[in-house]
Amino acid sequence: MKNAKQRANRRAAAIEASRTRALARNPLQSALHGAVQSTPFLLVMIPFGLLFGVVATKAGFNLPEVMGFTVLVLAGASQFTAVQLMTDHAPVWLVVLSCVAVNLRMAMYSASLVPWLGSATQMSRAAVAYALIDQTYVLSIDYFQNTPRLSMTQRLSYFAGTAVVMCGSWILFCFIGATAGRAIPASIPLDFVVPITFLAMIAPALRTPAHVAAATVAVVVSLALAWLPAGVGPMIAAVLAMLTGAGVETLLLRRRASR
Amino acid sequence: MINYSTFQIWLVIALVGAGTFFMRYSFLGAIGNRPMPPWLLRILRYTAVSVLPALAAPLVLWPDAANGQPDPARLAAACATVVAGVMTRSALAAILAGAAMLSLGLYLS
Repeated sequence: MKNAKQRANRRAAAIEASRTRALARNPLQSALHGAVQSTPFLLVMIPFGLLFGVVATKAGFNLPEVMGFTVLVLAGASQFTAVQLMTDHAPVWLVVLSCVAVNLRMAMYSASLVPWLGSATQMSRAAVAYALIDQTYVLSIDYFQNTPRLSMTQRLSYFAGTAVVMCGSWILFCFIGATAGRAIPASIPLDFVVPITFLAMIAPALRTPAHVAAATVAVVVSLALAWLPAGVGPMIAAVLAMLTGAGVETLLLRRRASR
Repeated sequence: MINYSTFQIWLVIALVGAGTFFMRYSFLGAIGNRPMPPWLLRILRYTAVSVLPALAAPLVLWPDAANGQPDPARLAAACATVVAGVMTRSALAAILAGAAMLSLGLYLS
């Protein structure tokens, strides 16, 4: 028992020390800290970026169009969705609707950052919004929550550090993929990059029965509606799946409350 | 290959870019601290796990590369991706598992 107590004490001391260090950082040091903590995510950004450049180029987009997607949209999953649906010749409105739907989760990120960054200047908030991707969000919210007493400048600097490394590497490696991608032999099955990427992104998120139920409904309905024009079936399936997820969550909460 | 006009492609880029920016800017910039209805938050929570599987399922079952017929190598690769992702909770491990299974499956077939 004594050992467990000692370990808990040591952990608490380590957390306290890291908080003290965080609070003492100047803006440049905070940004550097954010940049350093982003580096493990490069393992994901580099291959994804290269793949988007290659896949979009093979689908027939030219370099300015590939870079237009990357710089103006700056969201991997919706960029892959756009390329996939356009390869299937879906109508423009449906491509736009599907891609924006993939990014609805960004509204959640935006809402959860309000307590931490809500009082920053309008310009800063717009800049944060532009660079708000899965990785910069996850890193920053974790850092802000662990060290609640950071100044606004320290928070914004940390976010900027993660954004430069994460968004910068995404844009750079999309460019490299789009320009050097022609060297990739035709025998490599690039057609399967998109589904594998999507499955890999959602599988780790299947944590609760509600998430599993939503994903199951999405798959079943999408397959059942495959006879509809490209993109329509998945859209209907996604709406039903979202309602299923929310419904199952409500049921589970109610059951827990009545116990 | 795609067959859209340059205008249509840039229209998609502009609209998706603007829509995505609005999603990211919504609460932080425009709506601010006002509370959101819980039912909306609850539905938003399931967007990613709903949209992505719905898009992926037909591609897995009826891949273009196999002329729209189910392909054992691609089915096995998809299963490996999901199993590895659920077990390791890591997107990178899931991709590596899927790619390894696809290479193996295509090599064997």
